[in-house]
Amino acid sequence: MDFGPYLLLALMEGTVMAAVLALTAVGLSLVFGVMRVVNVAHGEFLMLGAVLAWFVTHYVPGPPVVGFAVALVVCPLIVGGIAALSDTLILKRLNYDPEATIVATIGLSYIFQQAALSFYGPDARPVEAPFNLRIQFPWFGYSGYKIAVVLAAIVILLAIWLLMTRTRAGLIMRATQLDRDTARAFGINVDRVYAAVFALGAGLAAIAAVLIVPIQQAHYLMGHDPLLLSFIVVIIGGLGSLRGTLLAAVVIGLSDGVISVFFSPTLAKILATLLVAMVLVFRPQGLFGAKP
Amino acid sequence: MLQLQNVHAGYGNVQVLRALSLTAKAGEVTCVMGRNGAGKSTMLRTIMGQIRASAGSITLNGTPIHGLPAHEVPRHGIGYVPQGRRLFSELTVAQNIEIGLMTRKKGAATRDHVLSLFPRLRERLSQRASTLSGGEQQMLAIARALCLEPAVLLLDEPTEGLQPSMITLIRETLLALKSTGVATVLVEQRVDAVLAMADQIAFITAGTVAETIPAKGLSHTASQFQKYVGI
Repeated sequence: MDFGPYLLLALMEGTVMAAVLALTAVGLSLVFGVMRVVNVAHGEFLMLGAVLAWFVTHYVPGPPVVGFAVALVVCPLIVGGIAALSDTLILKRLNYDPEATIVATIGLSYIFQQAALSFYGPDARPVEAPFNLRIQFPWFGYSGYKIAVVLAAIVILLAIWLLMTRTRAGLIMRATQLDRDTARAFGINVDRVYAAVFALGAGLAAIAAVLIVPIQQAHYLMGHDPLLLSFIVVIIGGLGSLRGTLLAAVVIGLSDGVISVFFSPTLAKILATLLVAMVLVFRPQGLFGAKP
Repeated sequence: MLQLQNVHAGYGNVQVLRALSLTAKAGEVTCVMGRNGAGKSTMLRTIMGQIRASAGSITLNGTPIHGLPAHEVPRHGIGYVPQGRRLFSELTVAQNIEIGLMTRKKGAATRDHVLSLFPRLRERLSQRASTLSGGEQQMLAIARALCLEPAVLLLDEPTEGLQPSMITLIRETLLALKSTGVATVLVEQRVDAVLAMADQIAFITAGTVAETIPAKGLSHTASQFQKYVGI
């Protein structure tokens, strides 16, 4: 294949990666932005979404598209419910202390991992794509499902942006993010907002998982890489900045795609980590984060 | 009527309020004065439920509010203008006002009334709160609290750092509120502002109200100002 088509293929792979990464990282960024909680269990919420997607698609009868559609609705709701419960039972009791919640979410991640290992097992299992469509370009054919993943991610991210900027719920979340004591002084139930935001963040990771699981496979250790990449993205973009997170996800996703295709996936991870180190040295608040 | 009886409160093991009692009547301005660290702001935060009272009672028209979660206190009709304004700085003027309106589900009529009190805010509705001048920010903080149509209004040093014209405007607004039956609790350090607005003055020292006196006929040279405020 010539360089041009090869580059196009790499960019398309990178775009898929960026789309899924943006969904996952926006969830992480949202939780940190509103709650000031560094959620180390975020990758495991993605893993739970993937594992649940396998169960749902495996047990729901009918063509793959039916099971997939059910999974796309049910898995984020279940994972969001687990997250809200975790918030109420654990994080709230720690009064959202930054250090304590890091330790608590590390503990949560092990609990989720071991639960998945116990009930799902150690094997990676495939989930069938909802449809098999191959789009034929002049130089190569490409998965129509992957393009659908990118479109779905764009729609969901747009919905999140509208939620945050155009709705009353978004206004309440932003007010809570800016000053939780004053938010309480104006009748905002901060505990409920935190539970909802934690659920929303986890739900976004679960949606990303359902979308990606027909491309990858569901495995109980699959949360590690997305967590690392999400942290890379939110550090580069600026913790709590949705705009920065989106931009960084595109940069990291595309560079990962291109470098992985032309060189190796390991080199892509090394360069991303180097970029994080540069950001931490020269602009610790990230590209769009507020100065401390 | 807001009534605090023998309220004890503090931060962790540090006791700040000790058997503090205070009554704020409808249609009156109760000014609270005292030295730094006497417990004035802590008292307001305790009323708002942000600090839990460890003993004593706080009632609003006879209904206990001291055990309520902090977010339920304002729904009973207590508006709060915190020290330093504490606006939602990255939100617009309109959004800050909308949050005030949401608290007790007030609508356009309340919004229009509040904006008629501060016409300058109407010109800046789409502007971020952080970009307003100090005086405009204070107007917004008061406007946001008035969006609750409060029965009780708590203000923590609202004239701090403001130019005289702005202080006059705020003073006139608070005096106008008296006629609507709002009970105002005003923490204030400026004697001229206190004498212009107060019906009664409560002097706090070491976390308790040491003396409450009527403001009428009081002069700048009253001995209590020297004794409790050091002015």
